[in-house]
Amino acid sequence: MGKTLFDKVWDAHVVDSIANGPQILYIDKHLIHEVTSPQAFNELKARNIPVFRPDQIVATADHNTPTQNQHLPVKDELSRKQLAQLSENCKTNHITLYELGHKYNGIVHVMAPELGITQPGMTMVCGDSHTSTHGAFGTIAFGIGTSQVAQVFASQCLLLTKPKSLRVTVNGKLKNGVLPKDVILYIISKLGTNSGTGYFCEYAGDVFENMSMEGRMTVCNMSIEMGARGGMIAPDETTYDYIKGREFAPKGSEFDKKVAYWKTLATDIDAQFDKEYVFDAEDIEPMITYGTNPGMGIKISESIPEETDASFKKSLDYMNFQAGESLINKPINYVFIGSCTNSRIEDFRVAASYIKGKQKADNVTAWLVPGSKQVEAQIIDEGLKAIFDAAGFELRQPGCSACLAMNDDKIPKGEYCVSTSNRNFEGRQGQGSRTILASPLVAAATAVAGKIIDVTQTIDVLEAV
Amino acid sequence: MEQFKTLTSTAIPLDIANVDTDQIIPARFLKATDRKGFGDHVFKDWRFHNDGSVNTDFVLNNPKFTGSILIAGDNFGCGSSREHAAWAITDYGFKVVVSSFFADIFKGNALNNGLLPVQVSEDFLKQVLQLVKQNPETELEVHLENQTISVKNSEITETFEIDAYKKTCMINGYDDIDYLVNNKKLIEAFEAQKTY
Repeated sequence: MGKTLFDKVWDAHVVDSIANGPQILYIDKHLIHEVTSPQAFNELKARNIPVFRPDQIVATADHNTPTQNQHLPVKDELSRKQLAQLSENCKTNHITLYELGHKYNGIVHVMAPELGITQPGMTMVCGDSHTSTHGAFGTIAFGIGTSQVAQVFASQCLLLTKPKSLRVTVNGKLKNGVLPKDVILYIISKLGTNSGTGYFCEYAGDVFENMSMEGRMTVCNMSIEMGARGGMIAPDETTYDYIKGREFAPKGSEFDKKVAYWKTLATDIDAQFDKEYVFDAEDIEPMITYGTNPGMGIKISESIPEETDASFKKSLDYMNFQAGESLINKPINYVFIGSCTNSRIEDFRVAASYIKGKQKADNVTAWLVPGSKQVEAQIIDEGLKAIFDAAGFELRQPGCSACLAMNDDKIPKGEYCVSTSNRNFEGRQGQGSRTILASPLVAAATAVAGKIIDVTQTIDVLEAV
Repeated sequence: MEQFKTLTSTAIPLDIANVDTDQIIPARFLKATDRKGFGDHVFKDWRFHNDGSVNTDFVLNNPKFTGSILIAGDNFGCGSSREHAAWAITDYGFKVVVSSFFADIFKGNALNNGLLPVQVSEDFLKQVLQLVKQNPETELEVHLENQTISVKNSEITETFEIDAYKKTCMINGYDDIDYLVNNKKLIEAFEAQKTY
């Protein structure tokens, strides 16, 4: 029987198998940030264990960083201390750190791919559930807890039981105005938030084959929102073209050698998956969420479904929405374009092409937060900042920002935020905040209209994408 | 890591599905650099109103319910990988979480911190939630060696699954770092001959 992409990468990384137990899996790259690493460093120190392979670790500061005045000392004392702790730990343990202000600083899942750190066939981990993003390159990448961060520090390995395999295939041509974010929100709305638990997902079909690397990253990023530890897409010419020439990508003949290996990774035709789902691209429309988990999504033109269970009702109560109502014309005062899901250059290009020549509605506070210093520079170089400025949008400095609201970028209690991030959990964007997940196009259109509009009815959409 | 063998305790019924890690420990409390004190903030925005006053409707604030077992709805611990969620639950005093389904990363984090995730059938979950809600004195017995969870003084019992290796770790208080560090030779040998 043939092997899946996941099998091939996993099997190449098994150091040993424990009888009736987990396997020792070798980890090629370990990404760390300020929030989930300090306790792991403490653990090693307490046990007097050195960091085993510091060269295979890259650190960035992203979760807890301000998005304004990054050249000044961080105001919040606890945040400042946490960032200082990261710097000290990296220095002591000889780990590369792209700290605040560094030209490579950015959200961990934006920074690593754009530097060519993420490559096909690798195993990658990070103390962050959206590590699944890197699966876009045909990489086994997944989020881990802090105890596991300590394990990788100590041994460059993890003890894991091989997950089951799941394949989601989407074939056909996407409609105008339907972005990668809509594709993944659609999939999660169909499958629910736990259908992927215990599985590693592969996305297949011509929709993903025709997607840019940025789009593939958006899709793989949200695999965890259906419970899957990770999602992968087979590497192809789009992948190799993206990686070629990047800072840490293999160079010259080494690159060609790698490409030859990467070409062997695609799932064999006769490989079997434990679970398969197939969707039709034509059925996908711009999506929005109405509830407090990412599975509670609808097509923007649809109404909120009617369900009776208590958790569903609790969710709608929190959002102050009624079952059966449409969200079109709901006034929205906050819009956030950013997060590891949608803060890459392509996302800002889409937003800018819609916004160009228009004005942000007066009632809206709109934050645009690039995923990295490099994306920020690109936004300026390509003239997108000028468009945003003219339209009244605020371009901030890179970081996780209002996706999880650890810093000052919080949505006030009771307010709705149309957000390109990945989670609409209660209070995720600030205590009492109400999140509506959407694509950068829907977010931009909301900011301009001051309310949710059906972008499929807008002629500008055709020009924007 | 603390050992876990058996536990007999009353339980707190948190009858909500899809409890995510942002509810267990909101992100604004993740600024600490040690593992202590997260119990003060567990379920913070459900335990307290935004003005800081106690939400007396929330089950953890109901003095009738006590104990070191948390019974929760389906898909417990979904969302972020923050191990702070497991730290917050154990720091608050729980040793066992019962649910009909656990999110992957949370389950692993719990096991790495001596917090036992007991996955039961939906029917069993419904039954114990109802019993405990009706009579807060109801005691549950969890026996890790036998992999059973039972309602004390009753016939109501169910077996649960746990990875054999993780079970040994929990019973003996071992953790994965010990195992991995002891296998360093094997890991170095792998590095020397890896094929990719």
